[in-house]
Amino acid sequence: MSSQAAIFSLKSLAFERDDRLLFSGISVALEPGDILQVEGPNGCGKTTLLRIISTALNPTSGTLFWRGKDISQHRQDYLQNLLFLGHLPGLKQSLSPEENLQWWRRLNANNSLLSNEEVLASMGLRGYEDVPCFTLSAGQQRRAALARLLITEAPLWVLDEPFTAIDKQGVAQLEVLLKDHVKKGGVVILSTHQDLGIDGIRRLSLPLLAEVS
Amino acid sequence: MGGGFSAILQRDLLLAFRHRGEIANPVIFFFIVVTLIPLGLTPEASRLAEIAPGILWVMALLASLLSVEGLFQSDYRDGTLEQLLITPQPLYLMVLAKVLAHWLITGLPLTLLAPVLGMMLSLPTAGYLPLVLSLLMGTAVLSLIGAIGAGLTVALRKGGLLLSLIVMPLYMPVLIFGASTVQRAVDGFPVDGPLAVMGALLAFSLLISPFATAGALRVSMHG
Repeated sequence: MSSQAAIFSLKSLAFERDDRLLFSGISVALEPGDILQVEGPNGCGKTTLLRIISTALNPTSGTLFWRGKDISQHRQDYLQNLLFLGHLPGLKQSLSPEENLQWWRRLNANNSLLSNEEVLASMGLRGYEDVPCFTLSAGQQRRAALARLLITEAPLWVLDEPFTAIDKQGVAQLEVLLKDHVKKGGVVILSTHQDLGIDGIRRLSLPLLAEVS
Repeated sequence: MGGGFSAILQRDLLLAFRHRGEIANPVIFFFIVVTLIPLGLTPEASRLAEIAPGILWVMALLASLLSVEGLFQSDYRDGTLEQLLITPQPLYLMVLAKVLAHWLITGLPLTLLAPVLGMMLSLPTAGYLPLVLSLLMGTAVLSLIGAIGAGLTVALRKGGLLLSLIVMPLYMPVLIFGASTVQRAVDGFPVDGPLAVMGALLAFSLLISPFATAGALRVSMHG
């Protein structure tokens, strides 16, 4: 693996909170088409790592690179290429899935050509486009949040526990979505405790501190 | 560039419309307190007229303070705030949109309601126009200053008291100049001076506050 081909990389990332070292020495280089699964026991810092990658949090030390450029220097350019879904999905409960989706579209520049109806239908939310989100079940809300994956053209997806509350069929659907995305040259970084049915997936185990298989 | 501004402004107004009951709280508070004053103090018109400018301004300030706490609260709780901070849009404009929406749903109704309440407190006729003008600018300044405090305390579980402590000293000049505008008009003096100061306060806070609020939000979220 040559460093030239890497589209996204972390260099000796460390994070410390309240004088407690959460992780250190994390170095990963991802090429187009890679899926990286971050795993580890509860409290090992998976969400923290993903929030650092999404720039919602600053690392204690270490650097992130996007297409060879330091992200702290080229943050705006990086953010245009990023889609981050945290474990709080950012759905407005009193808006409908369609209104939520439309709002994300207006906030981000690189949107796909699919209509909101098509996107929600393929996420299994046909007939729920216009009801407020608080009337939806937890799984349906997660699906509504994941619908953002279909409206964005961003190459880097960072997903924190995307499979929470989703049924088996939905998990299979999401796996297909991820595979399609990396086939187009995208990159996915996700945290989950599930074993994914995707070949060639790369793993980062956090307690072992920066070992990539 | 402006996409984020109008998207947030429209969404916040739509959300406010869906939560009409909660949004009406500050206005109802303002209304109730001002109606209680004649009952508690005195129904005598001359004595009410004396205290009316001060009462109206203090109550408008408290009503604004009560509502500003929730400015970023719901966005923080459902993860939207985190998303806003990593959106490739200028945070300055997004904060400005949120403050503008907040003013449109609290400050503006308070300003429009004030003359009616002035009548209930027998405010002399000369005071009405200065009251509306000073509140129009003053409530906008209050929203802008309150946003800084709301941004600083958004991640704290019980930030309400701290917010009041942070914001109160900054509210003082607005209250002093606002109430004195009305008082001077009632006493028959020109009000250009205090109104100009109020305009200066508005211009200054319009420039500074969104930057400070954006910084405060970053600090809160990175903590």
